[in-house]
Amino acid sequence: MTIIDPTDAVPAQRPGDHENTGPLLEVRDLHVEFQTREGVVKAVNGVNYTVNSGETLAVLGESGSGKSVTAQAIMGILDMPPARIPQGEIRFYGKDMLTMGAEERRKLRGARIAMIFQDALSSLNPVLSVGFQLGEMFRVHQGMSRKAAKAKSIELMDRVKIPAAAARVNDYPHQFSGGMRQRIMIAMALALEPDLIIADEPTTALDVTVQAQVMDLLAELQREYRMGLILITHDLGVVADVADKIAVMYAGRIVETAPVHELYKRPAHPYTRGLLDSIPRLDQKGQELYAIKGLPPNLLKVPAGCAFNPRCDKAQDICRTEFPPLVPVTEADGTELPGRASACHFWKETIHG
Amino acid sequence: MADPTKADEPKDATPNVSDVEVAEVHSEEEAVAALDANVERGEPILQVRNLVKHFPLTQGIVIKRQIGAVKAVDGISFDLHQGETLGIVGESGCGKSTVAKLLMSLETATAGEVFYKGQDITRLSGRALKAVRRNIQMIFQDPYTSLNPRMTVGDIIGEPFDIHPEVAPKGDRRRKVKDLLDVVGLNPEYINRYPHQFSGGQRQRIGIARGLALNPEIIICDEPVSALDVSVQAQVINLMARLQDEFNLSYIFIAHDLSIVRHISDRVGVMYLGKMAEVGTDEQIYEYPTHPYTQALLSAVPVPDPEARERRDRIILTGDVPSPANPPSGCRFRTRCWKAQDKCAQEEPLLAIPERFKGSDTPAAHESACHFAEVKDVVHAA
Amino acid sequence: MSEKTIERPTTDEAAIAKEIEAEEKAAARQASLLRDGWADLRKRPMFIVTSLIILVLLALAIAPSLFTARSPFSDGFCQLQNSMTGPSSGHLFGYDVQGCDIYTRTVYGTRNSIVVGVVTTTATTLIGGLVGMLAGLIGGWADALLSRITEVFAGLPLIIGGLLIMSIWGGGDVWSVSFIMAILGWPQVYRIMRGEVIANKYNDYVTAARALGAGSWRIAFRHILPNTLAPVIVITTMNLGVYISAEAALSYLGIGIQYPNISWGVMISDAQDRFLTSPHALMFPAGALSITVLAFIMLGDVVRDAFDPKMR
Repeated sequence: MTIIDPTDAVPAQRPGDHENTGPLLEVRDLHVEFQTREGVVKAVNGVNYTVNSGETLAVLGESGSGKSVTAQAIMGILDMPPARIPQGEIRFYGKDMLTMGAEERRKLRGARIAMIFQDALSSLNPVLSVGFQLGEMFRVHQGMSRKAAKAKSIELMDRVKIPAAAARVNDYPHQFSGGMRQRIMIAMALALEPDLIIADEPTTALDVTVQAQVMDLLAELQREYRMGLILITHDLGVVADVADKIAVMYAGRIVETAPVHELYKRPAHPYTRGLLDSIPRLDQKGQELYAIKGLPPNLLKVPAGCAFNPRCDKAQDICRTEFPPLVPVTEADGTELPGRASACHFWKETIHG
Repeated sequence: MADPTKADEPKDATPNVSDVEVAEVHSEEEAVAALDANVERGEPILQVRNLVKHFPLTQGIVIKRQIGAVKAVDGISFDLHQGETLGIVGESGCGKSTVAKLLMSLETATAGEVFYKGQDITRLSGRALKAVRRNIQMIFQDPYTSLNPRMTVGDIIGEPFDIHPEVAPKGDRRRKVKDLLDVVGLNPEYINRYPHQFSGGQRQRIGIARGLALNPEIIICDEPVSALDVSVQAQVINLMARLQDEFNLSYIFIAHDLSIVRHISDRVGVMYLGKMAEVGTDEQIYEYPTHPYTQALLSAVPVPDPEARERRDRIILTGDVPSPANPPSGCRFRTRCWKAQDKCAQEEPLLAIPERFKGSDTPAAHESACHFAEVKDVVHAA
Repeated sequence: MSEKTIERPTTDEAAIAKEIEAEEKAAARQASLLRDGWADLRKRPMFIVTSLIILVLLALAIAPSLFTARSPFSDGFCQLQNSMTGPSSGHLFGYDVQGCDIYTRTVYGTRNSIVVGVVTTTATTLIGGLVGMLAGLIGGWADALLSRITEVFAGLPLIIGGLLIMSIWGGGDVWSVSFIMAILGWPQVYRIMRGEVIANKYNDYVTAARALGAGSWRIAFRHILPNTLAPVIVITTMNLGVYISAEAALSYLGIGIQYPNISWGVMISDAQDRFLTSPHALMFPAGALSITVLAFIMLGDVVRDAFDPKMR
């Protein structure tokens, strides 16, 4: 892959080619706000995370948690205005994309960082055949001929397991089912073999039986290409399968990070615990479901102290006054738990209590 | 549930459907009066028989010619008993939402009957239909489009009283609305606010309050929590469970989320492409599924426990649901089924207790529309 | 907005009455979508400027005699010896070819312009709105039939239609011009209304009302109509300006308002031949027309921005 000028600061090689230094993507202290008629909506308030090559980070959160806005900021597809990024860095191979020139950034988009959206039908152009839309990636970024691009499109459709790809390459998006369209979206994202894929609720619009197919496909391709994958979702079940680590977001902040198995076994933040407890379980049949009380916060007026405090069972006075930073989580005896952190004053009680 | 001894009788070996006692009515007055009858707890209150809804596909603008039909619902039968929750699960396009609309008389059935207290409501009109609407209410999926943005919460919840003035005298309505707001856990002082001032979960509560206003006996819930945030879903489910006890309601709970359906339902029906694939108690369906589609559906449910998930034996179906305009011959699931044989293409399996389980008292002895029904525990498989 | 559960209301009647009264007051302050739009409008400088202009125009239309001591209909108003005399103190706009005072005529012309605009807009909104609503609600054959009829009217060009009706009907006053433009203009409102009704007809809240047993009238007037009003209000505001300029165009061509009625279009038409030697006779009525049309169209623009949620 040598689409990017080799003198460019962002290394053109794939990370797997030789020992690369540092993470693939590093988000540091990212803030995003929106100017609205009612005031400034603080959608993202200091998010930090890193993604390495071949790693899957799941970003979990409800609507309004800032999970999608963070992803859009990384892709550089936020509408500015009304959006504004007052501070923060988004480093791709160590180079801050927010201070990059527009042209340089555009070259990264699609070629090095690609995105898969929730709604495949509205993300595809209805009047162009899927083959044409897939081929466009090659024609625009690599200057391929029409014929070669079409051949490549068929190959890609095969990769994402669309049956009879050669016969269907000239079909239009509406002629495909929801699951097949999402496969085409994945094929488009994969086309230029990007280093990082951001998937925003890729299976939410699909049926359960199709969800499993698409998630499996995504995981398989990610392993094969050794890409970094950011999986944005609200569904605790979907991420359990494919993620390596999870970042839980609430009111524009990361409230907990953990390797995937750890998080489900021993959550270290009351919000995460609440989410896990509110999933119906077989042994609770007939009883009340555990429910997190109250409502998601209004981003115009995020509560002082810990944003979760009005909904938290464990909230004390300190939670209402003092903002809890994201601190490393350890075992009761002080043993480090790599990759784990929680933004709760009472994380010890939550994880060990 | 029907009498278990009945299961041995060859005539109607189906605990799912019972005999319909058709009410004898000769005039609209009698029809309206018959709707006030009391139904004992556990007795069938709604009996659906061979319900069919085909949406014609036409060609031409001036002279319309029918070229086919989308068979959204293609002959389903079930009973809803007083005080129970019947869950209906299935993927998009299986016809579950059309069933809801048919039960609400929002669509006219192509064929079949829906008996409510012995009267076929698909044939009712005028005053009798309006009386039925008092007793059967609906909760919608999308709390953002199901409330009129130009009406206040008080007007939205009070509208049922405007339409059925006999339920509440005029002077009393405002207080009734406030009571309802209180019942669904909203501050009664919000009565003058507009829907856009509320969050999704609160809007769904407003929709529930509207559904409760007329004191209905049956509430049909079409994906009532799927548009809500995870943390709010549990609140609404708890509310609905509480209201069922408090107001003695019967629910038909339509959803695609199997874990929520299991939590709230007493019995569950699994739909595939306009037909019922399997019906049974929640335990029978979730622990002893015998239809391959149910098994695949259950095994595909994302489980928020990575270790349990890795232990599980997963069935990943290939392909997509076929078009309901052109369903496969024989068993509709055969195109995606790993067990499919020639018989499945030729002979349509009927929804009945499979021959091999008949007479036995295992939980596997429930209705399943499969020629090769056998138990496969996909939830706990090690 | 916390979701606390409070005790059930007491049965104390007096307390309830008090509570209701307090609520009614609170209701006045509560925001609805329309009130949101209004609150937004009031903050926009463009709205304030255009509203002031329109207020002045309305004052001119209602009581022109307050703004000028002369009357264009009095004897000796026009003195031929003053023909085409330029602006002077006492006669700020100068005289036209007949020796009439242009300022007085411009002031009196305001009324006709505004009346034509208001009458035509009201008529098109009523006819188009009503027929559009019927077509949208009933659908099927009624919709097809009404839409074809509408196309006949919409297909007729304004000028040809104007000529045709004038030749049959004579006229030349405010009412005949308004009539012509209303007949040819209502399809525009019809299309918007019909589209909005159809878009709203399939909303869940309409289904919900049907599920409650609501009749067709209730569904039409309580649920569908209020949700179609915003775009109709917007187009109505803009149309005021459009019809005022269309009146001037018709009058300019001699198929609109005619002597002895005063119209800016007629004044412009009369002055065009001598534009090079005495431009004032054309510039003042043309300027008045431009300001009026601009004021209404810009008002329509800010109204749209305030009411259309998609523009936010």
